Amino acid sequence: MSIPDVTRPDITRNATNAPYWSALSQGRLDFQHCRACGHQWLPARENCPNCLAADPQWQPASGRGKLVSWVVYHKAYAPHLEDRVPYNVAIVELAEGPRMISNIIGHPEGQGLYIGADVELAIARDFGLDLPRFRLQSD
Amino acid sequence: MQGKVVISGVGNTVYGKHPGRDRVDLIVEAAREAIADAGIEKAEIDGVFVKMANSSPTILYGQKVSEALGLQPAIGCALDQGGAANIGLMTYAALAIDAGLIKNALICYGDTARTGSHAVYHRPRGDDAIMGWYSTAAGYAMIHQAYRERYKTPDEHFAAVALAARNHGAQNPKAHLRLPLTMDAYLASPYVIEPLRRDDMCLVSDGGAALVMTSDGDARRRGNVRAVPILGMGQGQESWEVHLRPDLLRTKAVESADMAFAQAKIDRGGVSFAQIYDCFTVTVLQTLEDYGLAPRGQAGAKALAEGLGLGGWLPFNTSGGLLSESGTPGLQLIIEAVRQLRNEALLQVNGASYGLISNQGGSMHTHATLILGAAG
Ligand SMILES: [Zn+2]
Repeated sequence: MSIPDVTRPDITRNATNAPYWSALSQGRLDFQHCRACGHQWLPARENCPNCLAADPQWQPASGRGKLVSWVVYHKAYAPHLEDRVPYNVAIVELAEGPRMISNIIGHPEGQGLYIGADVELAIARDFGLDLPRFRLQSD
Repeated sequence: MQGKVVISGVGNTVYGKHPGRDRVDLIVEAAREAIADAGIEKAEIDGVFVKMANSSPTILYGQKVSEALGLQPAIGCALDQGGAANIGLMTYAALAIDAGLIKNALICYGDTARTGSHAVYHRPRGDDAIMGWYSTAAGYAMIHQAYRERYKTPDEHFAAVALAARNHGAQNPKAHLRLPLTMDAYLASPYVIEPLRRDDMCLVSDGGAALVMTSDGDARRRGNVRAVPILGMGQGQESWEVHLRPDLLRTKAVESADMAFAQAKIDRGGVSFAQIYDCFTVTVLQTLEDYGLAPRGQAGAKALAEGLGLGGWLPFNTSGGLLSESGTPGLQLIIEAVRQLRNEALLQVNGASYGLISNQGGSMHTHATLILGAAG
């Protein structure tokens, strides 16, 4: 029996979100598009939260987006974060509309970040996963 | 409601630390006081409405609490709406009383989040925890950042909220934190999740609180002249996670207040005091603006210039709120409003006629509003 490594967080793995993580491992950020009403969203769901149709389609994002807000953690809320503080967590809105929680690379303490800043996808390998991080387009 | 249902009794434990005690025992202690305050017998309680314990949600919790109270009520239930649940429970109890289903409802909450588990406040936020997204506070930090960026708000505006709550709590012998706060100390306090400083964040407390509701007619027949009438109740659920909201600074608090004020049929300028859910300082600025009591982006400037004390613009969280009296989720604000409207508060607002209370939960996922009138 293997002992779970509590210092490494993991994600829920299921049929609904498998295409999302699989796309990231191929260097792509995909979001869901409703074939019935055109609504586009993240995170992965079986049904459209707008029209409730069970007809979502995965589409590739351009990777461009805007910074909606961000915070800087000075406190580690889990043991694996103790040697990572300070670090930022950001809300990014993709050009196609969906929003997500991410990190802005190169600005751990939030210096130089501002709401509305243009960002672009910078997938980074961490915790054994390909994570959808972003960098400022101006960097 | 317009006074058809009243709050007939209130009670609470000391807030702070109760090491080794069970949360249900804290509820029973508070309920014993509230039932005695209402002047009724325990057996007359036929509705038990419990807010789910934040630190450990469980099934059949309304029945567990009823068992500890030795009651077999007609209605017994537990509700989760985060910190909006107490006003939510009061709303459903008021409807049941008004419909004649029950006569006396007990609304109660108890928890040991301080000395027991406060893991819920530090929780990983779903799969986004992989990005370092943890804790309740972080959602409010995102909102605080959006607020100060949009309105170019100086830190002193957030501080005005913390100073008022802390200075009121310092004068409350039952408060968890009785340490007044100065502007210099606020500005010097370290960031926890920037832009949130320690003093922007509410306490994590142990404690129990309870109140009894009945019909106005029943209270009058018993000669309960200290019963406080419920004039208006409102709710609005934002529902979406913080990062998925089209605008981080808009929730359904506006609709909740509109519902409550329309029912109460009073003018917003006639409010004598406000007990606002101050889980974080930005929540207070947002709520005051959502309630139409200050223009957008200006609640902090108004608080700083005109004060939130007894002689100020709007007497606010007169027993200390979540920032100083107790971090327990919301019932203490309602109890303090009742004491004000009975003219029994420690820091009494002269001639208090209308009290405004907000409850909200999650990261502003839920909201509820309560308007009370003067006793008698
Ligand atoms: Zn759809």
